[in-house]
Amino acid sequence: MARRRDGVYLDDVTSTKRTVHALTGLPVGVLSFALTAGLPIGLGYCAVWSLIYASPDAWALTATFVVLTVLAPVLVVPAVPRLTALQRRRFRAFLGVEILPAPPRGRWRQLAYHVLALFIGTIGATATAACWLAGVGLGAAIVLGKINPALGLLIPATLLAAPWVARAVAQVDTAAARSLLGPSRSEQLSVRIDVLSRTRADIVAATDAERRRIERDLHDGAQQRLVSLAMNLGMARANLTDTPEPARQAIEAAHEEATQALAELREFVRGLHPAVLNDRGLDAALSGIVARAPLPVRLNVAVPARCSPVIEAIAYFIVAEALTNIAKHARADRAEITVERVADRLHVVITDDGRGGATLGTHRPPGSDGTGLHGLAQRAASVDGTFALHSPAGGPTRITVELPCAS
Amino acid sequence: MRIVIAEDSVLLRAGLTRLLADGGFDVVEAVADAEQLLRAVDAHRPDLALIDVRMPPTHTDEGIRAALVIRHQFPSVAVLVLSQFVEERYATDLLFGRASGVGYLLKDRVAHVSDFLDALRRVAVGGTVLDPEVVAQLMVRHRHDPLDRLTPRELEVLRLMAEGRSNNGIVDALKVSYSAVEKYVSSILTKLDLPPTGTDHRRVLAVLKFLGP
Repeated sequence: MARRRDGVYLDDVTSTKRTVHALTGLPVGVLSFALTAGLPIGLGYCAVWSLIYASPDAWALTATFVVLTVLAPVLVVPAVPRLTALQRRRFRAFLGVEILPAPPRGRWRQLAYHVLALFIGTIGATATAACWLAGVGLGAAIVLGKINPALGLLIPATLLAAPWVARAVAQVDTAAARSLLGPSRSEQLSVRIDVLSRTRADIVAATDAERRRIERDLHDGAQQRLVSLAMNLGMARANLTDTPEPARQAIEAAHEEATQALAELREFVRGLHPAVLNDRGLDAALSGIVARAPLPVRLNVAVPARCSPVIEAIAYFIVAEALTNIAKHARADRAEITVERVADRLHVVITDDGRGGATLGTHRPPGSDGTGLHGLAQRAASVDGTFALHSPAGGPTRITVELPCAS
Repeated sequence: MRIVIAEDSVLLRAGLTRLLADGGFDVVEAVADAEQLLRAVDAHRPDLALIDVRMPPTHTDEGIRAALVIRHQFPSVAVLVLSQFVEERYATDLLFGRASGVGYLLKDRVAHVSDFLDALRRVAVGGTVLDPEVVAQLMVRHRHDPLDRLTPRELEVLRLMAEGRSNNGIVDALKVSYSAVEKYVSSILTKLDLPPTGTDHRRVLAVLKFLGP
């Protein structure tokens, strides 16, 4: 969020905080350089120097330097993640910048930043401090009459430049920290893919759960109530034989409509999610739709171990929709469905002897419900499944779908 | 005629109780789940149990499973299963072994009071009542009558399978060798278009084709 202060546009951070960031860069940089590069190099230098120049009497000192040099990595290795944490806190506190955690294998990159931190810190702190001090120093010198007051014109320039210098330091430092302390681009992408896969699976599962919930609600609510209503109307119709003709006709009409509504609701609810799929699995649920199909369908199911409910539901809806498509468009005499589990994959093959020429056609006529073959391909893709359509003009048409069982 | 009702919806339980009482039936108990149903059947030994398919706790196929238990443990008790949906597979399960004193109807049918009460009476006296929807499903599934393709001997074997006999039982009845029976059975399954599917339903399906709608 941008707000205006002292003639400088700021994001979320004040120039004071940026200045503090730049100034703290120096001590933190010195510390991190000392721990990561200074210490081992210094000890190594002492060790080499002692070995070459020290008198044999000072062997204990020489040995100590050599041992310390060899042991230096023992200090450096645990220091790296701690320094990284310190820098991460510094960026968060003063710049509001979140440096994403890098995977542990990024140690060398982190080490590089800690060495670099000395130079960024020194230059950044010096430049920022110089701007502020130059302004203050010029002012003091003019007040004390040491220099020409005309130079006072430089004071606003240096003071105005100071926040910009701090901002530039912050930008350079942030860029360095992001690229060396944070995850690399491919690491970021891999994390992103993990997140996306997970959220997509969640959405697919949530959609499935939602269908089941609606099915259950309708079953326990509207359907029972309608049955009860139809039953009561049926009883009224049976008992009220001596009712006046118009009343009797009204009851009869209401009874017919209630039973009609029940039939329609039943079709709708089964289309949402067939309860038998949960109870008995794909074979039983597919038997139901195959039996209802308006053409002879041969069904072969070989699924010795059931797949996850989401996958079963997707396979079921793919077959149901494919059969509807065949009945509507294929002019087929017969169809065949094979569902087979091979290791952790569910293979679904749907063939018909119709006229062929089916396309995935993303183009759909206006008002269509967005299902069709394209919808089937999308359903398969939503769980990293594959969908292949082979439909030469004149037929036959073959749809091959492969789904991962465990999704 | 004494009846036990199992239906988890309070509304329908009350409605069915009233419907049956009006129709001259004696509703000895109306319960809300399969466990209570089995206890009630054991306690009252009714003529018929009227059972909803989806009941607590899992709201899946409790009613079918309870019906199968009743058919097995209390053969004198007829069962009429009611459901919002009829599934061929449940029909196959219900009819397995013995197709008498059993019914499977859509819940909608209770709205046609006299037909429904008539169906109850038929099932109670040992008849079989299948919903037209179930019959339609079975008809579509078996539209080309493959029984025509069986030899008289194979039909005989299939009839014995329909009576619920195992291969050994068929060996005893026909006085033929076990391997001969095995050959007949596999030939029947092939002729009835029941290729190996990895499930055990082939035998049941063959029987069902024989019982035929």
